[in-house]
Amino acid sequence: MSDDILRFENVSKTFPGVKALKDVSFSIRRGDVHVLLGENGAGKSTLIKILTGVYQADEGGAIYLNNTPVKIHDTLQSRSLGIGTVFQENSLIPHLNVAENVFLTRELRSKSGAVDWNRTYQECERWIRELGVDHINPRTQVRRLSVADQQIVEIVKVFSQNPSIVILDEPTSALSDNEIDNLFRIIETLKAKGVTFIYVSHRMEEIKRIGDRATIFRDGAVTGEIEDCKTADMDQVINMIVGRTLEEKFPHRESHIGDVLLDVRDLQVPNTIYDISFQVRKGEVLGFSGLVGSGRTSTAKAIVGAIQRTAGEIWIGGEKVKITSPSEAIEHGIGYLPEDRKTEGLILSKSVKENISLPSLLKKFRRGIVLDGRKERAAAEEYREKLRIKTPSINRLVNFLSGGNQQKVVFAKWLCSEANIYIFDEPTRGIDVGAKSEIYQIINDLVSQGAAVIVISSELPEILGICDRIIVMRDGRITADLDRADATQELIMSYSI
Amino acid sequence: MNEKKGAPDAKLTKHRRFHLNYPWLSAAVPLVVLVVGLSIAHPRFLTQSNVTSILLQAAVYVIMALGMSFVLMTGGIDLSQGSLLALVGVVAADLLQRTNSIPLAIIASILVGAAVGAANGLVVSCLKIPPFIMTLSTMYLCRGLTLVITQATPITVQNTSFKWIGGGSVLGIPVPVIIFLIAAAVGQFILSYTATGRYILAVGSNREAARLSGVKTRWNECKVYIISGVMVAIAGIVYVARLGAAQATAGETYEMEAVAASVLGGTSVLGGEGGIIGTVMGAIVVAIIRNAIVLLNVSTYYQQMITGAVILVAVIIDVQRKARVAKQVD
Repeated sequence: MSDDILRFENVSKTFPGVKALKDVSFSIRRGDVHVLLGENGAGKSTLIKILTGVYQADEGGAIYLNNTPVKIHDTLQSRSLGIGTVFQENSLIPHLNVAENVFLTRELRSKSGAVDWNRTYQECERWIRELGVDHINPRTQVRRLSVADQQIVEIVKVFSQNPSIVILDEPTSALSDNEIDNLFRIIETLKAKGVTFIYVSHRMEEIKRIGDRATIFRDGAVTGEIEDCKTADMDQVINMIVGRTLEEKFPHRESHIGDVLLDVRDLQVPNTIYDISFQVRKGEVLGFSGLVGSGRTSTAKAIVGAIQRTAGEIWIGGEKVKITSPSEAIEHGIGYLPEDRKTEGLILSKSVKENISLPSLLKKFRRGIVLDGRKERAAAEEYREKLRIKTPSINRLVNFLSGGNQQKVVFAKWLCSEANIYIFDEPTRGIDVGAKSEIYQIINDLVSQGAAVIVISSELPEILGICDRIIVMRDGRITADLDRADATQELIMSYSI
Repeated sequence: MNEKKGAPDAKLTKHRRFHLNYPWLSAAVPLVVLVVGLSIAHPRFLTQSNVTSILLQAAVYVIMALGMSFVLMTGGIDLSQGSLLALVGVVAADLLQRTNSIPLAIIASILVGAAVGAANGLVVSCLKIPPFIMTLSTMYLCRGLTLVITQATPITVQNTSFKWIGGGSVLGIPVPVIIFLIAAAVGQFILSYTATGRYILAVGSNREAARLSGVKTRWNECKVYIISGVMVAIAGIVYVARLGAAQATAGETYEMEAVAASVLGGTSVLGGEGGIIGTVMGAIVVAIIRNAIVLLNVSTYYQQMITGAVILVAVIIDVQRKARVAKQVD
């Protein structure tokens, strides 16, 4: 008998027309942080959904929990088997407070049958402490917490149900570096208490830090195992993930920096950002670094008029312009790719074509008052090809594309609008390695054609890998404006905290 | 799991496209069932005169429901439709009585409709008052105003040329039917061939994404209430012209018939989805039910129950079908 807490034997999952998992076999050791790696659509999410009871595996395979075969029919059963999941998109109810969320559907009752609030808050407090966290108050409404803290609440919620296995699905995609440190501390704490983790991530650096063993997926099958993440050769890992050699993580680019294109002066949004002034030049990629909540996204949104600013001027190509709404920003050639593609970047229930053309309908696809359907289709096809968007048709609903391809649609949308100033807010969040490097290539192509690009990113290697200049923000102010030659991860961090 | 290439996918797409691109299927099913069933049940159902009378009855519903569908597509609702119909009718009848000028009566009615619509739209989009609350208020305001103007006495219309709008025909087709066909064609045009149509659906599907894509969300939201107001005005003119009189109680609960027709036709009350053909069919279904009750000599007390049951069954079937289709591609 091995000390495997979980073992998969020939687990398959077939959807009509697609085999999402093919004879997957591997085991997870008790007390490990076991990493699942793979591009979007490689099968990790399907496997997790089988574990959590969202999907049922095909007949023929078997899952062993503590060496006993189990069949997981639904999410309740999965929970009762001791499998807890921290979902990628958080499942908390914003208007309830922390304790109410943690004990939702498991309310602690007094003898009379009423909810025992005193005990609820005490218990909640205790669980929070167990994680080694002290800054979260059980009585705070969840919507008032930062994304990182919400995630901690999510972990508290899962952990308070005494799971033996906790699944973390891309837990760090919305976190800044020191929030990640915090999360990793919590993971270590729980690991010491004997909890096993299944950890899904795209980020190589993290895997080295937190992972023990790893299983690599590609096209629904296991393509590799890593015995010890700490010593693994990352290039080799990337190879196993993508099944091809990535020439470079960050494609090379010659910088040809021209005149100032965008000049932002003294931008101000009350209680959010203060005195933001900076310039971006033609052919330049300007990075915005900083912690989540440091005001980077607010700065971007204030520039495009998506949030009201109380002061500040925007000059484009030496002329002062008036931008009070995103539609005016588009008229002035600014394209803003928002940080959350699902809620802000795309209309998921509309087709690839309709999403791509949306910002440019009036400018490019109109004959009189009638839409020029042929031209619109041609443009959508053009960008689908150019950005290699994997979709069977431009009429497919964006909802049905993978994360990386959805993000390419958002890029296509702004490329199609023929902007010359682009603001990309977390352009590679939650997408796989292959798609990432394609997106870097798109950014390179844009600047080489003379556009000015601003990239907001929480991933330091990304910022350092693609930017010419880096602005660091903290608490709504610019704290540093660094040339790439001078910038290091440590330096940027020192200005961020 | 859904970006796999090749034949299986193409098949899925075709299958799904059939279901998702034709939201009017939900109205087509009850329509066909009713038409087939009733023509078997009653020999006079499919006669020319009965079909004409159904279409005449449907005309007012269709025109109003078209307006309602646009509002629903943005995720809103227009409860003021029925009251506005009465108000517009009174304005038209009153002006005819005073001036006997048809153009004046028509133009004034449409302006009143557009103005009430604009008021709804402005308050909803700019002051962020929920559409349900705002149009509930205008519902009472319009009905009240109509009562004040008429003092609850009907205003009769003598002008026979005006009555032609409700009772005349061209090449054997009743004028109200021609009007509803034109209204539907215009609606279809706006929805499918103009940027406005795209924007309306975009706002209804994901307002924030639409706004960040440069869609003027407030203006487009405002537009749908104006469209609704104008459609109601046209319906009101047809209504008064057919009855030859305007009364303060006209059009009560018609807004609900309009919602019913839209929903039957596959328009989502959550916004973002909808179609013109479906709405037209939905309104005809509602009219057929009314007609059948009379034809089959069923007590009219059953009419609302039957309408409710048909809507419920049709929508349940439709939702399940969509869920099934969505599941297959997940």
